[in-house]
Amino acid sequence: MTSALLGWEALPLAVVLTSFVPGVGIMFLREEQRALRTTFNLTGAVAKVILVGFMLRGVALGFTYEWHFEVLPGLELSLVGDALALLFVSLSAGLWLVTTLYAIGYLEGSPNRTRFFSFFSLCVTATTGLAMAGDLFTFVLFYEALTWTTYPLVVHRGSEAAIAAGRRYLIYTLTAGAVLVVGAVWFHVEVGTVSFTAGGVVDAAAADADPGRYLLLFGLLLAGMGVKAALFPVHGWLPVAMAAPAPVSALLHAVAVVKAGAFGVVRLLHSLFGIEVAGTLGASGVVAALAGFTIVYGSVRALGQDDLKRLLAFSTVSQLSYIALGVAILTPMAQAGGLVHLVHQGIMKITLFFCAGVLAETLEVKKVSEMGGVARRMPITMLAFSVAALGMIGLPPLPGFLSKLYLGIGALEAGAGWVVPVLLASSLLNAAYFLPVIRTAYLDDRTTSWVDQGRDGWLEADWRLILPVVSTAVFVLLVGLLGGLSWSPLGWVQLIVAREVL
Amino acid sequence: MTGGDIWSVLLVLAPTLGALVALQGGGWAIRIGLALGAAVSALGSVALWVSVAQEGVLRYALGGWGAPLGIELRIDGFSVAMLAMTALVGGAVSLYSTGYFRDLLPQSSDEVPHGERGARYFAPLWLLLWGALNGVYLSGDLFNLYVTLEVMGLAAAAVVTLAVTSEATVAGMRYLMVSLVGSMLFLLGVALLYANYGVLALESLQAAGPSGGLPVLALALMTVGLAAKTALFPLHGWLPSAHAVAPAPGSAILSALVVKGSFYIVVRLWVDLYGGGSRGGVVFLGVMGGAAVLWGSLMCLRQVSLKRLIAYSTVAQLGYLFVMFPLLFPAGGVANTDAWAGGIYHALSHAVAKSAMFLAAGSMTVAVAKDAIPAISGTAHRLPMSFLAFGLGGLGLAGIPPSGGFIAKWLLLRSAVETGQWLWAVLLAVGGLLTVAYVLMVLRYALERTEPSEGFQPVPRRMEWAALGLALISVLLGTRAVEVIALIQLGGPGG
Repeated sequence: MTSALLGWEALPLAVVLTSFVPGVGIMFLREEQRALRTTFNLTGAVAKVILVGFMLRGVALGFTYEWHFEVLPGLELSLVGDALALLFVSLSAGLWLVTTLYAIGYLEGSPNRTRFFSFFSLCVTATTGLAMAGDLFTFVLFYEALTWTTYPLVVHRGSEAAIAAGRRYLIYTLTAGAVLVVGAVWFHVEVGTVSFTAGGVVDAAAADADPGRYLLLFGLLLAGMGVKAALFPVHGWLPVAMAAPAPVSALLHAVAVVKAGAFGVVRLLHSLFGIEVAGTLGASGVVAALAGFTIVYGSVRALGQDDLKRLLAFSTVSQLSYIALGVAILTPMAQAGGLVHLVHQGIMKITLFFCAGVLAETLEVKKVSEMGGVARRMPITMLAFSVAALGMIGLPPLPGFLSKLYLGIGALEAGAGWVVPVLLASSLLNAAYFLPVIRTAYLDDRTTSWVDQGRDGWLEADWRLILPVVSTAVFVLLVGLLGGLSWSPLGWVQLIVAREVL
Repeated sequence: MTGGDIWSVLLVLAPTLGALVALQGGGWAIRIGLALGAAVSALGSVALWVSVAQEGVLRYALGGWGAPLGIELRIDGFSVAMLAMTALVGGAVSLYSTGYFRDLLPQSSDEVPHGERGARYFAPLWLLLWGALNGVYLSGDLFNLYVTLEVMGLAAAAVVTLAVTSEATVAGMRYLMVSLVGSMLFLLGVALLYANYGVLALESLQAAGPSGGLPVLALALMTVGLAAKTALFPLHGWLPSAHAVAPAPGSAILSALVVKGSFYIVVRLWVDLYGGGSRGGVVFLGVMGGAAVLWGSLMCLRQVSLKRLIAYSTVAQLGYLFVMFPLLFPAGGVANTDAWAGGIYHALSHAVAKSAMFLAAGSMTVAVAKDAIPAISGTAHRLPMSFLAFGLGGLGLAGIPPSGGFIAKWLLLRSAVETGQWLWAVLLAVGGLLTVAYVLMVLRYALERTEPSEGFQPVPRRMEWAALGLALISVLLGTRAVEVIALIQLGGPGG
């Protein structure tokens, strides 16, 4: 259903601009213009949330917001706010707001904040753009822009490790980008359109006639998306990129980069090939197998990591593949489980990274082995951490449980019984690497000396750090508890599945 | 008539007149001269764009003397696109040069040795060059092309030697020699064609459909001569030092505009006059272009001097222009319009992006008074606008969206896929990645955190704005290509 709301068609563009304008504006500010910079940041972030709220309501009522701009003859920049796009956009918009607040507190007093916040906003601009991309051309445009706007954030500290991480990040993502562009051009020539359409645009008969060719085409596009989605074996950039400051890790792991890749895989299966065609080609089988392996692999690698952020990074590698796994299985339940994990993983992982950042910033605790007794000094932070970690493991009624439940049932319905042991193994492994962290924090004695930066009044740390931590942790609880309501992420995902898949 | 003939004449006349004014010396004379050249070029390009859009290909016989005696002008979409590109880049470079030479150099250090000579002669030489470039794009016959090409080559060589160092003199002399030999070869080819057909007008020759021994020999001679002037691999040896020793605005002109002048003639010959020549010929051009892409990019990675790196990048980027030929004329097929649009769009985008990079690099090297890449460490904080200009320009070269380079790459890739020439598609992808690698090599240092070094010299704002303006246009070229592509296709092959 297309929107007949006069003047509201440009809403997707407005949503993109709410972060683009502050991003460019901040670039021209001087380092010491702190108040103005913060105003820019927060105004943009709040405006984005409000506009996304409008669109959510419209889409729930059955409208679709579309905005087109011709770039090349026959190729458009097209932004479409439909149910699937909004799933990702609302996640990014919401988390961007809390991350902005967090970043303001986190980077207090450090150099180059103008550059940081400028690219931070641009990075979110690229993310919202690709989330609402109405076709592959627009998607590629923003996907590549995302790579570049994130790079200055990854190398922000300017240290050896940061520069090396940035280098690794670019080598992976740019090669992927080049492959994706070739794939996209080929797709355009082969299929004749690049438009994202529910059910796919690939002609089933044509794909049947030459399956090898289409499988190769699918493979190119998947390789392009897979790097950002940190699918095995092209996940290597993600654990290294933890050299970046905590707000950037949050951005990488929850709000923007890996989500862009996972979302790309969703688009590839849902909107380009269509899950039916992908199924007959065997393409979705390839994705499911890769994702299943990555889930176990990432968890195994996370075991025994002493560096907290590295542990979390491998956990992301694992958790992210739930999304690809879900959308590669052809039942509505599995689809819903995969899609909803886009949001669930985002909220839980951002909480974990926020907590890791608070510990590093307040106590300079960066390793699990240094965390003995940390819960007594920072009870709120560790409580939030525990909620998110238990959610990841899949303790009912937390979000991770809902994702796994839907995935498992969906897989059984599809006759893909092997998924259930994978999920169980993953849960056990999650417990095996998260529970020791929690145990150390609560039960062990303090073994190392912290470099305590002090409290913020009665709070255990700067309020701009604690408020985001608490709010995302509360979100984790609510999203899990209220999963049955129609406007929860799970409810929204069922709306998507009902509209797009069936 | 919409006054297109008047504007055509003015496009050559005004910059030349401006050169005379600028020669009178003094800051105001130079500014008036530059303003005259820039204003008329800008207005003239717009006027011709409108005329071409309304009336199609324009043909003017100056003074009423038609071919074969008089001067014939022939203007199609491709000509207008090149004129507009020259006006745009030229305007920004002119603005930049008033800051570069006037405010900075009298007190600058030994590393930037352009001094008084540059301040005095850059503007007149550049305006002369500008007039000649406009002349190339307007010419409808081979002899005119030869004359304008020669003026362009002489003025360009003089720009290289503005620096008063032995290095600059050597590089300039070498460039002059290559340029002269190139012109000679071109003239020889022209003579052969004239001997065979008795006409020089491009359209008359095209109608004659040159083929057979002598005309093909003529094409070969002209192509080699022009390839040397365009620095097509392996005839590129002169370019890196010539483009690197010139003063920054001069480097921008040489890399962005001058090489495009001779490339333009190659296109006229191969596409219009010879209708694609033979498949063997276009593949040969493409292979040389491909080798230039790889070799030039690899050489970039080995440079320690910032300006030499950008100069080598020009060698690489010019390669893409020649890769256009095999894509444009696939085996046994009709001309591929995507290849045409992509190739020419690349020429335009490269001009804008490359000049932005050279101008930004000029600001950075002047600020730290050194040209070594590590020396610019930390300039990202002190010259953020220049850094941004350099970065955006570099991304444009690498074909990262949003940029004109991305559109060009998309179109070229599409033509490679459409015509089943996969090897070229791979080359385009690999070339883009190599470009990223060398752009990053520079950005990496600029992003490094260092304490302000001694003797950091602030640069005038208008220098930074000129570079950033061009970089932003490179980005804008990536967001809206419809009109420019329509222009390029006007009178183009298959259009």
